[in-house]
Amino acid sequence: MALSIEDIKKIAHLARIEVNDSEAAATLSKLTGILGLIEQMQAVNTQGIVPMSHSQDVVQRLRDDVVTKTNQREAFQQIAPALGNGSAERAVDNGLYLVPKVIE
Amino acid sequence: MINSSLKTLSQMLAKKEVSSVELTQAFLNRIDAFNPEINAYVALDKDKTLAQAKAADVRIAAGNAEVLTGIPIAQKDIFCAKGWQTTCGSKMLANFVAPYDAHVITQFDAAGAVNLGKTNMDEFAMGSSNETSYFGGVKNPWDFTRVPGGSSGGSAAAVAARLCAAATGTDTGGSIRQPASLCGFTGLKPTYGVVSRYGMIAFASSLDQAGPMAKSAEDCALMMNVMAGFDERDSTSLNREKEDYTRDLNKPLNGLRVGLPKEFFAEGLDANVGKVIETAIAEYKKLGAEIVEISLPNTGLSIPVYYVLAPAEASSNLSRYDGVRYGHRAAEYTDLMDMYCKSRAEGFGAEVKRRILIGTYVLSAGYYDAYYLKAQQIRRLIAQDFEEAFKHCDVIMGPAAPSTAFKAGEKVDDPVAMYLQDIYTISTNLAGLPGMSLPAGFGTGEDGKALPVGLQIIGNYFDEARMLNVAHQYQQVTDWHTRMPELEVLKEVA
Repeated sequence: MALSIEDIKKIAHLARIEVNDSEAAATLSKLTGILGLIEQMQAVNTQGIVPMSHSQDVVQRLRDDVVTKTNQREAFQQIAPALGNGSAERAVDNGLYLVPKVIE
Repeated sequence: MINSSLKTLSQMLAKKEVSSVELTQAFLNRIDAFNPEINAYVALDKDKTLAQAKAADVRIAAGNAEVLTGIPIAQKDIFCAKGWQTTCGSKMLANFVAPYDAHVITQFDAAGAVNLGKTNMDEFAMGSSNETSYFGGVKNPWDFTRVPGGSSGGSAAAVAARLCAAATGTDTGGSIRQPASLCGFTGLKPTYGVVSRYGMIAFASSLDQAGPMAKSAEDCALMMNVMAGFDERDSTSLNREKEDYTRDLNKPLNGLRVGLPKEFFAEGLDANVGKVIETAIAEYKKLGAEIVEISLPNTGLSIPVYYVLAPAEASSNLSRYDGVRYGHRAAEYTDLMDMYCKSRAEGFGAEVKRRILIGTYVLSAGYYDAYYLKAQQIRRLIAQDFEEAFKHCDVIMGPAAPSTAFKAGEKVDDPVAMYLQDIYTISTNLAGLPGMSLPAGFGTGEDGKALPVGLQIIGNYFDEARMLNVAHQYQQVTDWHTRMPELEVLKEVA
């Protein structure tokens, strides 16, 4: 199926990546080429074939429900990004991460 | 010394003929001399590195050294190493200092190996030329106008240029074997699940596997002894008994059945590569191998299947980079949605964005069955091809890459042409099988330039020790693996 610029913008929005018009146009031509390659799959009859999601026939391991990790909040918050919008401060406050207000 | 095997270096260290500090400094000096040109390393921390070397010397003096104690190893910048910049080749993680160690790093630390630095790579391991790295391309040590392959291009150039004793890499679709072929050294992608993925930045989790990149099969075996093993922190790590990967190195190859898939020698393979591979196969016949013609009929489909599955998994894995807790956050934004979209638009490069978009598309409502499910079904057909083939042979051989190293910039604007670089390697990732590439000679192009060619060996599940044996025996009767580029000459020309 042929993609349009509008499709690219919709997919980019789903992927949470901002694209402008010229980027969308450039992406469209590259993606069309890649999808053309992928289209080769449609010639294969795969009726009745069990999909293979993983190369090893294994199941998730279970473990005892005990604490195995220590709290490393301090270390993890050291690498928080800068807040942005004019502030070079790390985007943390009292052990929490700062993001734009989402609830009115 | 810089061209010595790991075994020789280990013996020299044990006999105190050289200290780890001296050995490490020798490599750091080479890095100083050549890295500004080659760009193999993206992070160096000489204080940390030399501190590890000093500690190794203490351990050696105390008499409790292991084989790799004191040996300087380069780490692909996909492995988190506590206190080290860990970027995965991306602007998204340009300022990320890992707060913990990957399992692979822990294993090398426990063995007393020295971390020389973090090596350049295609962004998030997405590429076959190292040109998608945010930190710039890497030059092929055999010809500075050409690419080293990818995605483990920095590790590849570091091994080929002898800027390390050995290196680590990861291989999702060929990222150890294709650069090994283009740079002329030995690289192994183990069976999926043999080396823990803990702390290894995820690209396509059902395919990603770490492995050694080194000068010889023997060196790779010694590296595997450190890297492989069960780790409960990786849900797909396989709980198997610890192996000694050197155990079969010296076995004779009499009666070894070598399968040659006819699809690996068809259209698309450069003649100068094909010729080298045929000569290598003839050498194996002399070593007592028996050649069997086999077929892997779905080889051509491995690329379309991969470019559905890998981007699908990547789009999910890379959704974690949202600019909230770590990584790049946009400098200016209005609301939360705008912060996500701008942070990701700025932090990811073009190829990574393309793959996220493809992944998002093939997983979106209405297309899942036609793309994702279909690809998973064909993935099974590809795995079944190998299952059938291994009824008739012990190992499979062929080229690792369709061409010798290509010019920088040559394929960068044509993703589909770039993807075809991995035509001989991707199917083993899809099946989860082990594969390796070893130097088999040089192919001469139209311009008269002789460049390395790698012979690929594909083994059955968990057959790494046998593959290493098969490679090692070849390296006993050939000297391709000891050849190294003349960097001084190249540097002057450049």
